[in-house]
Amino acid sequence: MKPSAFDYFRPASLSEALALLAKYKDDCKILAGGQSLVPAMNFRLARPAILIDINDLGELDYIFADDNGLHIGALTRHAAFHRRVVDGPLGALLSKVARHIAHYPIRQRGTFAGSLAHADPASEWCLVATALNAAIVAKSIRGDRRISVGDFFNGTFATDLAADELLAEIHLPAMGPGWRTGFFEFSRRAGDFALGMALAALRIEDGIVREARLGVGGVADRAIRLESLEDGLVGHAASPELIDSIAREAWALVTPVGDIHASPEYRRDLIATAVRRALTEAAA
Amino acid sequence: MASKRDVNLTINGASHAVSIEPRRTLADVLRDDCGLTGTHLGCEHGVCGACTVLVDGRPVRSCLMFGVQAEGKTIRTVEGLADGDTLHPLQQAFWENHGLQCGFCTPGFLMLAAGALEENPEMSDNEIKDVLSSNLCRCTGYQNIVKAVRIAARELRARPRA
Repeated sequence: MKPSAFDYFRPASLSEALALLAKYKDDCKILAGGQSLVPAMNFRLARPAILIDINDLGELDYIFADDNGLHIGALTRHAAFHRRVVDGPLGALLSKVARHIAHYPIRQRGTFAGSLAHADPASEWCLVATALNAAIVAKSIRGDRRISVGDFFNGTFATDLAADELLAEIHLPAMGPGWRTGFFEFSRRAGDFALGMALAALRIEDGIVREARLGVGGVADRAIRLESLEDGLVGHAASPELIDSIAREAWALVTPVGDIHASPEYRRDLIATAVRRALTEAAA
Repeated sequence: MASKRDVNLTINGASHAVSIEPRRTLADVLRDDCGLTGTHLGCEHGVCGACTVLVDGRPVRSCLMFGVQAEGKTIRTVEGLADGDTLHPLQQAFWENHGLQCGFCTPGFLMLAAGALEENPEMSDNEIKDVLSSNLCRCTGYQNIVKAVRIAARELRARPRA
């Protein structure tokens, strides 16, 4: 359980980090929180020749809100979301979701951006980014690139990031006070990887759903936004009957694979329950 | 390719000059290069929490950090918890409430609880349980660990702030 040898760089500026990335490309990995990368290295599942440690880049450790939404810098740790980072439903949702991510010490090191770059299908932040239609800012010495979340995830542990690009910022769209959210996750023990989870956000006006966001995670090679089901919510009251039928449709839409933890049938049933609970919480 | 580097670490207030490969985890540096074997290694992939230490006041898995990353940080391990011969309230409470049996996981639990209580001395019972769910203990069944942390939290709150 010892990692193989690697060369280590700890750049003092973003431009230095990008220059190193451009130089070493596929031979190097970015080390941020290291809470997924280092276990993989200890198992020697990952054997990068070079690590570029970005933990000194304070310029990437930020969260700020503007009219467009929330901007999350690459070095923002999960634990930063224990407290509400912004007033309103978005800050409350992120704070609730953060508590489901691994365990307290892991959350002190691991980063929001690192979760996205790692692209674990059971990652809570990947579900948040997908369901809420985030944008990702990638930086390289070639310039900045803004990637819509729909184009970002390519599958398990696979993203659209080029070898010389650093995931520098995540942008989550603003959520006005009319939005309400729900999140439900099931795992075998507290802190374990999710067997299934769902995130719902509804903008309800005069008892009618005006806008909806619905996503599920842990049941495919990436988080899935269920846009067709969102359309089925808009224009209606989020009644228990409607929520039940949406949950049944979610059951029909997902095709989970089985593993040692749960069969495909179990995961499918679980997703229906997760969707129902997330929507019920959002509609309450 | 990866030669050793000279790194100066601050551990429990003392300075340790070590020469280490970048791949050496902080846990191994503490144990093998600094002789601080109070930090235990169980799983070596971030699951068991036995190797938990405080880095700049925050509990982290020292098996998931490299020693070279700890340069410039303030490291605290279980060896620095007691004040001379006086046990830290957490250590005292673990002792008095049977919060350990074999003791292998204890240093990790102590540092985890110490860091969490420093961040939030007013943790509710549910918050204490949530934090303690981070680490594994195969002897106690956890109940006495929860009890010990609850009692130590009360003791720490009653103390005048330094």
